Amino acid sequence: MNVEDIKKDFPLLENREITYLDNGATAQKPIQVIKAIEEFYEKSNANPHRGAYELSIEATEEYESTRAKIAKFINARHPEEIIFSKNATESLNLIAYSYGMDNLKKDDEVVISIMEHHSNLVPWQKITKATGSKLKYMYINKDFELSDEEIKNKITDKTKIVGITQVSNVLGTINPVKKIIQYAHEKGAIVIVDASQSIPHMKIDVQDLDADFLVFSGHKMLAPLGIGVLYGKKEILDKMTPFLMGGDMIEYVYEQETTFAPLPNKFEAGTQNVEGVIGLGAAIDYIENIGYNKIHDLESEVVSYARQELSKLDYLTLYLTPNVQNHCSVISFNIKGVHPHDVASILDSEKVCLRAGNHCAQPLLRSLGIDSTCRVSFCFYNTKEDVDNLVKALNKTYRMFKKYINK
Amino acid sequence: MENLNDVYNELIMEHSMNSYNKKKLDKCDLCKMGKNPNCGDEIEIELKLDGNKIQDIGFTGHGCAISQASTSIMIDTLKGKTIEEAREIIKTFIEMIKREITDEEELKKLEDAIAFRNISNMPARVKCALLAWHTIEDMLKEQNNNTQK
Repeated sequence: MNVEDIKKDFPLLENREITYLDNGATAQKPIQVIKAIEEFYEKSNANPHRGAYELSIEATEEYESTRAKIAKFINARHPEEIIFSKNATESLNLIAYSYGMDNLKKDDEVVISIMEHHSNLVPWQKITKATGSKLKYMYINKDFELSDEEIKNKITDKTKIVGITQVSNVLGTINPVKKIIQYAHEKGAIVIVDASQSIPHMKIDVQDLDADFLVFSGHKMLAPLGIGVLYGKKEILDKMTPFLMGGDMIEYVYEQETTFAPLPNKFEAGTQNVEGVIGLGAAIDYIENIGYNKIHDLESEVVSYARQELSKLDYLTLYLTPNVQNHCSVISFNIKGVHPHDVASILDSEKVCLRAGNHCAQPLLRSLGIDSTCRVSFCFYNTKEDVDNLVKALNKTYRMFKKYINK
Repeated sequence: MENLNDVYNELIMEHSMNSYNKKKLDKCDLCKMGKNPNCGDEIEIELKLDGNKIQDIGFTGHGCAISQASTSIMIDTLKGKTIEEAREIIKTFIEMIKREITDEEELKKLEDAIAFRNISNMPARVKCALLAWHTIEDMLKEQNNNTQK
């Protein structure tokens, strides 16, 4: 399967003549995902877990079999360790409120990396303030990576929770998650892995990582918008209190008291985004059909080329680890003296789509002494030609600004 | 986008990169910070009055070419005007950006700020062009409230 064949599966890429380099924000959807949703509504739509009639049972089966598929996809022990949410943000809030709020005590510490997305940062500010615990940061070195030393300095006997993104959504740095988990466990802390930026690109094995929690959004991995996943170890999830209350998450409801349903329903209140779940199942089938090895090969060829070509542009500042083996998909940069939003507007005129801004990571950018960057992020359907289009558009932007840039 | 050069034209580029209006005033009567947290743009506008007249305006801070140029050109336009005239110009500018005013005669009072008329073709950048204008609009509103107290 070559990339031209793959591209044909993505109607948007066929319909729009664009260079789409904002996959870290959301990926385009293959026809197989779009069709799966259409088919669900045409043939199986009913509210799962509600009706005793055949159609509802069918919908329930599709919904639950996708849960099992996801469990297998990330190698969870049990399907009920997979909880559906609307995105990684909701999954992280669930953990913060249902685990953090109940388990953190005064003077305990939560340790996260400075690379975290606001969704794995702001909830911890709230929870640490509410519980009297402390929020501490692991900072990056000059290679835009976390050093072993930094990890060991920050994760201590006081640490109860560690939050770490597997791949930075700004830098593309791959963090040594397995090592961090091992070390945190030695210190008696649990670890939450944000796999939002990693799961579109690399095989995740929650048992091999020994992650206590792992979250991701579907839409960055070819699935529809509005569906997310929370993985948690069963023994931890079992002990946690529900996050959202309502229908389907209960056993018995009395006027003043309620008992709650077992996993996974305990954490899935109200009618769920079933089309999202079906679409996510189809996205997993699509990814498995290509295979992560092939995805890795396709992407690393294009990302290496991008690293090489962007490095040649001396008017750029790159925020990029020199260690290729620690880098995945995302490249942030700035044209010296030109604001990223101006770059994005001019690139837009060349039909090159990238993201400009703070990427929901203000503390990271502040620590780098900047307030925004241009960011390109690749998917396996991107080509070297996309990189050439990017470089051409950047050259145009630089030419436009060159004579005005303050010397 | 066909209108790229309408927006990133000589006047806007020159003002955005090398503005003589980018300065701290020795003394100011009004001062306000305008922020756009989404893009990290921050501009501080200082204004010096001579009775009812705007004697001088300066700005500091950082942002994209559009927000910097818009601030600088706004200062050129408003300097020397009375507060009432300034309010009218600000209102006209905002309405021009929203495409509520297209009448050439009416737009004349904007002087160089008319250069931003095509920014509505770049919806993502409208807020950059408006940042300084909204900031000074609020500043003059507060001034009005204070004098009425």
